[in-house]
Amino acid sequence: MSWGKYLAKRIVSLAFVLLGLSILIFTISRVLPGDPARLALGPRASEEAVEALRKQLHLDQPYPIQYLYWLKDALSGKLGQSLYTYRDVSQDIREFFPATLELVLYAAIFNTIGAITLGVLAGRHAGKWPDHITRILSYVSVAVPSFVFAIFFQLLFSYYFSILPSYGRLSDGVAPPPTITGLITIDSLITGNLNTFVDALKHLILPSLSLALGMMGQEARITRSSIVENSRKDFIVNMESHGISEKKIMFKYLLKPSLIPTISVMGLDIAGTLANAFLVETIFNWPGFSKYGVNVMLRKDLNGIVGVVMMVGLTFAVINLIVDIFVAYLDPRIRYSMGGK
Amino acid sequence: MAEKDGILWKLLGRERKEIYRRRWYKFKSNPLSVLGLGIVATVVFSAILAPYIIPYPESVGLYMNFTEAFQPPSLKHPFGTDGYGRDIFSRTIYGFRYSLLLATVVLSIVVVPGTILGMIAGYYRDTKIETAIMRLTDIFLGVPPLILALAVASVLSPNLINSMFAITLMWWPWYTRLAYSSTSAVVNEPFVKAAQLIGSGLKHILFKEIAPNIMGSILTKVTLDVGWVILIGASLSFLGLGAQPPTPDLGTMVAEGAKYLPYYWWPTIFPAMAIVYIILGFNLLGDGIRDALSSD
Repeated sequence: MSWGKYLAKRIVSLAFVLLGLSILIFTISRVLPGDPARLALGPRASEEAVEALRKQLHLDQPYPIQYLYWLKDALSGKLGQSLYTYRDVSQDIREFFPATLELVLYAAIFNTIGAITLGVLAGRHAGKWPDHITRILSYVSVAVPSFVFAIFFQLLFSYYFSILPSYGRLSDGVAPPPTITGLITIDSLITGNLNTFVDALKHLILPSLSLALGMMGQEARITRSSIVENSRKDFIVNMESHGISEKKIMFKYLLKPSLIPTISVMGLDIAGTLANAFLVETIFNWPGFSKYGVNVMLRKDLNGIVGVVMMVGLTFAVINLIVDIFVAYLDPRIRYSMGGK
Repeated sequence: MAEKDGILWKLLGRERKEIYRRRWYKFKSNPLSVLGLGIVATVVFSAILAPYIIPYPESVGLYMNFTEAFQPPSLKHPFGTDGYGRDIFSRTIYGFRYSLLLATVVLSIVVVPGTILGMIAGYYRDTKIETAIMRLTDIFLGVPPLILALAVASVLSPNLINSMFAITLMWWPWYTRLAYSSTSAVVNEPFVKAAQLIGSGLKHILFKEIAPNIMGSILTKVTLDVGWVILIGASLSFLGLGAQPPTPDLGTMVAEGAKYLPYYWWPTIFPAMAIVYIILGFNLLGDGIRDALSSD
């Protein structure tokens, strides 16, 4: 199979999953007992006004027709008005998503560094103390949910030691940089505002670390066993017996094949942080997409709920696609079979 | 076929006993697995016996005693008291009860149908049945389970029953996927082929030939999942979309307590540690079961 064919196949299945997901979540949102139009206007609105809104939202149509109307709008980038912000949901998502993207990005960076370092250390020193420490850390990481880490960190580092800020993306009085990418750390670097950058970074550490720690343990364990397994293989033993330096073996030959299983899991985990972000953003009062998601859910804002779930689905699918392509690229058996070099 | 009381059956019985004995030996020789079993045992027993062992039964419900509010941990109140003067230790033990109830209800509903769907998909490989079932699971697994459960719980009114419903609706595809891959691995084995050749029915092949071979991985997953389902339930109620106060649900207690941080840490930290305790226990136990069942 060529790369083009592989990509086309993956994108078709991605589109299929998203279409199915939209039907699923649309059905869930519309079987709710209650009247979205009445919910939107409140109990005191006149019957005529509710009726008019019902017509405007196509709520007087049968359910499949309503879905087709929604799909038509969604394909042109409109997700319907939010009952929470009174704007189009797609506009809300565009505004709030960068904050979450930044958080997840930093969590991914912390996680990648931590998991690979720990895993490699444990794997190369199997049975010695780096291995034992990694094992204990991995149990802690698996058993402690992200939101518990978040509460601990907030209590410890913001309240008891006041080293790091406890909520928001920037301190009061620090002006946000002009929006270019929406990621404050990047925008402030582009505009050359170092103080803002440092402030934003300080705000990012605790929430992104809470998200990262939740996934780090399992990935470190996977990296460890993969390193141990590959270290025993003939090509590594051969190089060791030729006296090639540990460093060269590690970085040139051992790391690449050993990281393939880790990266596959990492993709799933990073996509999964979008779910943990719902809790962590709530704790750190992070003005992001996940906090927006919690708010629309608490208000039963149907367009908001459908939009948020679809956006998570899209992000999930895109991250998995990127990871699969990356893994296919890393693995020469797959790469060559696709006619690449 | 030998008679049921024939010598062959007795030998088979002895062999099976020997396998169980070996598995148990393997399980108990790993101290972490035994620790997991110990933790799970304390959780299960205190959940079942909760009404009889908690020191302050009135603290479970809508009880108020403001003279006792925000007492730090002491011998009288091991975990301290919350803003209403309720004993947090009693509420946490009761929280185990709600958590286990949630996991038991959800898993006892999803495991069987999810597994059967997966076995069917794995048995009918390369047919439309496989495609239909597996593409359906892809859709459900297209977003993290917490997100879909939150969405379902939010369109219904938030309470314990609805969060059970929401999690149940989202949890079956994991079993379908696991059963599918385990079934695919054995479906071409000679014993399945033999059963097909002598004309066994679908029911016999699925439940007598395939099922015993995939039960190990399903059982391991069920054990691990108890912890995860409890975590999802706690997350729902932490966000206000699950069990509501004054229900002594662990997630609700963490969220309620977090309002008083950083002044009073104990109403948040003890229920949070209880969640960690449960997840740790079921994870260690699940790992132990997996290791004990593997390669014997």
